[in-house]
This record gives sequence, C-alpha cells and structure tokens, in this order.
Amino acid sequence: MAKLKKALQKLVRRAAPAKKASLRKANGAGHHETQHAVEQFLYRQAELLDAKQWDGFIDLFAADGMYWMPPEPSHTHWDGMPAIFAEDKNLMTVRMKRLQHPDAWSQRPLWETNHVVSNIIVEKETGDEVQVRSRFHMMELRRDDVRHFAGSYRHTLKRTPAGFRIKLQRVDMTNAQAAYDYVIQAWV
Amino acid sequence: MLQEQIPDLAKCVEPDRVRREVYTDPAIFDLEMQRIHEKVWIYCGHETQIPKAGDYYALQIGRQPMLMVRGADGKVNVLYNRCPHRGNMMCGDRKGNAGEFFRCSYHAWTFQHDGRLRSIPMMESGYAGTRYGKDNPDCSMKRAARVENYRGFVFASLAADGPSLKEFLGKAIVAFDDMCDRAPDGEVEVVPNCFRVIQHSNWKIFLENQLDALHPSVTHQSTGRAAHEVEKDIAKRTKKGEAPLSYHMLSAFATLTIDKWDNFQTINYPYGHCVLTGYMGLRPQDPDTLAYDKIMIQKYGQKRFEEIVGVNIHHVLIYPGLSVQSPLQQLRAVRPLGVDRTLTEIWHFRLKGAPEAIYRRSLAYYNLVNSPATLINADDLENFWKCHQGLSSDGGDWVSFGRHLGRDLEKDGVVETAPNCGTSEAPMRNQMKAWAEYMRG
Repeated sequence: MAKLKKALQKLVRRAAPAKKASLRKANGAGHHETQHAVEQFLYRQAELLDAKQWDGFIDLFAADGMYWMPPEPSHTHWDGMPAIFAEDKNLMTVRMKRLQHPDAWSQRPLWETNHVVSNIIVEKETGDEVQVRSRFHMMELRRDDVRHFAGSYRHTLKRTPAGFRIKLQRVDMTNAQAAYDYVIQAWV
Repeated sequence: MLQEQIPDLAKCVEPDRVRREVYTDPAIFDLEMQRIHEKVWIYCGHETQIPKAGDYYALQIGRQPMLMVRGADGKVNVLYNRCPHRGNMMCGDRKGNAGEFFRCSYHAWTFQHDGRLRSIPMMESGYAGTRYGKDNPDCSMKRAARVENYRGFVFASLAADGPSLKEFLGKAIVAFDDMCDRAPDGEVEVVPNCFRVIQHSNWKIFLENQLDALHPSVTHQSTGRAAHEVEKDIAKRTKKGEAPLSYHMLSAFATLTIDKWDNFQTINYPYGHCVLTGYMGLRPQDPDTLAYDKIMIQKYGQKRFEEIVGVNIHHVLIYPGLSVQSPLQQLRAVRPLGVDRTLTEIWHFRLKGAPEAIYRRSLAYYNLVNSPATLINADDLENFWKCHQGLSSDGGDWVSFGRHLGRDLEKDGVVETAPNCGTSEAPMRNQMKAWAEYMRG
C-alpha cells in the first residue's frame, strides 16, 4: 500500500505544471505564428488542388522541390526506389501540361476532388526550415464513381521572402498498397 | 450445359472480325477461364519474390486462388489456396511467410510447403478407421498440375496435359532471354514492389492494345506533347543541352507521327503470342550506357554482346496473360477478375551485375509509365472502359480487325507484318485465332 502511495506521488509530481518559462516556450507567440502560417499554407495548397490550379500548386515548390509518394511507408528516400510519384518541377510541369491538353481523354469526364487537411503538427523548426506533419482525406468523384484516398503528409518547408516553399512533400497514403480502381491523375 | 447458353462460338470469330459478345458475355467469360486460363501456362511470379523457405505469394489463375511458395528444399511450389478439410482459404494475405509449415486458421490442420498433409489435431483419436489421413491425397492441399521455371520466371498450368512450357512459349521465349541476357550476370531479380491497377474492361481489350502500333500517337498525344515541350525546355536551360532519357520515352509517343508507326513490325506466333519490334532508341552513347557496354563486353565478348543488345524488341505478348517489355525489364501480368474487370500486376526487374544507372533508367520508366499515377495508362484505361461500354450496346455486332488484312506474310505458322504495315491488326487476328482454337475445347 505504501509502495502504491509512493508511486502515485511520483506520478502526480511528474504531471505537475511545468515552470513558467518552459510553458512560454511551449506555447509562445513565435510557435503560434508558425503553426498558424503553416496551417494556412497547407489549406491553400489543398485549395489549389481542388480548384485545379495546377500552376499555382507547382509554384508552391522550391526550385529543387520534390513531390514524393512512396508505395510503402518503410521507404526512407525516393532516389532509386519505386515510387507512385517522384516528381521534380520539370516532371510536375509535364503532368500539368498533360492535364491541360485538350486530348487528355481521361480528363474529359467530370472529375472533381475535395481535400481536407487536419492534425497539423509542427515537428521541428531549424533556421529557415520547418518540418510539418499532417493528415489528409481526399474524396474523388469521376463520372459516377467515388474514391477515397487518405493518409499523411510530411512537408519540409523553407521560409522565403515570398512565403513558404516546399523542399519536399512526402505523401504516405493509407491505401497506397491497395489495388487501384483506375489510376491517380493529379497530385493527391 | 454451359455452352448451350452462349452463341455458337464457331460463328463468333471470323478472320477479320469478332462478335461483341466475346468481350461482354459472362457465360463466354466462364468458358474462357475453363478452356484457356485454367489450362494453359500462366505466369505466377519470379522466384526472387520468395527467396526464403516458407515465403509465399497469393495469385489468381483463371478463377482459382493459388499460392506460390518456396519449400525448405528450395523448390517453388504452386498450390490451390485452400484447406482440404473444410475449404478454408489457407493464406488470407497477399504475401508473407508461412513459417515451417502451413497451418489452417480454422481447425489447425498443418501442411508442408509442397502441400502434403503434416498433421491434424488429435489425428489418431479423431480419424482412426476413417478414410482421412496422410495416405489419402484428398487430405493434402491440391497442387497445380504442372509447374515450370524458366530463368527464374515461374509458370503453372492447371491441366495435366498440354505442351511443355518451352513448347508453349516457342519463339516468344525471347521475352525472358532478352531480359536476362542483358544482365552481365545472365539473370534478373525482382524489384520488390508490385503496382496493381484494375481496368474496367474485358481482359482481351488490354492484350489487343499492347501491340496496337496505331494507338500511341492518338491515345497518348497529350502526354507525348507535354513531355516534348518540357524536354525541349530542359535542353535549352541546361549546359549539356539534353533532357534525361525518361523524357524521350514519353515524348516519343507524340514526336513519332502516325504514319511513322507503319515502319515497325509485329511478328505473330502460334498460341497467340506476338512481338512488337522496338522504337525507343535505347542505344544512346551516354557515359552510363558506355560503362554498361564495357562490363557486358568483358562478360560476353564483343560478338555475343552485339547480338544481345541488337535484339530489337519493344514488347512481347505472351497470350493470354503476360506483357513483357524486356529491354526495360518491365512485366505486366493480366488477371481477369470478371467479364468487365481485369487486374494488372506490374513488376520491374534489376539486371544483375549492371551499373546502378542502368537500373535507374528503367526504374524511371516503371514509375512514369507503370505506376498507379501513370501519365500514360490513364488514357489507355479510359479507352478500354469506353470500348467495353460500346461493346455492351446493341449499336453494332462486330469488332473489326481489318487493318492491312491480306498483306501479312505467313511462313511456317508465323505471321509477319509486311514492310510499312507495322500498324497492321495482325496481332489481334492472331490472338483471336488462338482464342477460337482454345475455345473449341
């Protein structure tokens, strides 16, 4: 019994409020600003996709930025690995130009998406770089068929005078390994 | 019984046209599974997918769920994915390791990797004096009637009789020889990733498209043009003045004008197999290729090297379920799921002993052309779906394969397209000829 009491006291001490300084650090104004700015950035990115503003989407990437969707969460880099997407800005431009071409037959039918981005956590901030992880859910309508893609984003963002730019966007789709009923046409 | 419900098959196929029901009638589909897919040699997988004892992969042969599994003796077995006790599926996962033996999740019957019954709980007390036990083959997991392995590529046939794998493949065996010979070590290993894409169309529509040389410049115009624009732009911006080869792989779809496709050739073999000769200009003189050439010459000698890299192939179709792009080490296995649903399993292979850069070049093709976010197949799949929709209608009874009819050159059962007839629909005619022979039963 005494042992239990001691253990409980220890637990209570651990859960006690942290000192004021570290509280400020954990919830300080700077952090709030970053969190808010990052959230706004991710929401804007999702909006650009749903609005089919492909050039605006590509502009969010840094000159050497990459959009990467590994087929498996265990992959740690895109270089030399099979990938669902592994696109630099040049390849993104090919995809955009195809989507805009009048003879992209698969683009003819009604095709709409709706992205919801949430659970946004700023993981790390060093110098000009911010590491963010978040979850997404995308509903796609193509003709009469609805599909759902969901998973997590990991953004490596760079602060620039024009705002954040994406150095790397990693997309881990929960259904990446499932069979695809028709292919994915644009970035998720 | 089944055959009475369906139109007279002999009247379904003419040399230059086919009745639409061949693509859309579920009863014909069932008969196809029975007379073609569950009889002929079907590709199961590559042995490097299952390197360790107990490793397995689930796959479909016709309508039959099967397992490809590596035994402790190193042998690759192909078994029906079914427990002989109450019919429970043995492995519910797509891949994994069974451990030292299979163990049914329902009543714990256990089986060796080759399917033989190993144990039944309380076997003595439960089954003494019955017909059930290790001596009864009905108590073991059923094996595919025949399994053969050619240079690591495992095939199974569910029929005890029929041609051997080599007889069946005939000259189309070049698909595997060309792929493996291009490896300095003479063999390939699988890149451990399978892209799986479902087509909402009959399986034959995909196979017919594979060697259709007229479609690329129409279907893939958008991607070809887009890639060509970016390719030119990169060339302008960079010092070397050229874009990576992967852009050329895409832009070729558009830069080759429609009339140029007649310059290629298809060679059509018995059993419906076919080769489309190459067009992608894969012998560039960049440092990566030269480094690879050097290794190959060291291994094989100049003369054999020239022979190997001189093999002029773009695609090999092995009817009824395999499409191989040997120079780029890509393979697509076709698994019909229903009359209007077809699964493709898409794999990439690494040339053993070749420099990393050569692997990366074909990997770029795998990612761009064959991934589930492909820039190419998006438009193919759209066409396949539209084809299937159109064929389901009463708007017409026939599918025509008349292009360059009567101009093909036939010798010893092999049909070659004549010069400047590369867009001939000879491959479709050849596939339907094989189909009709199989369906006669």
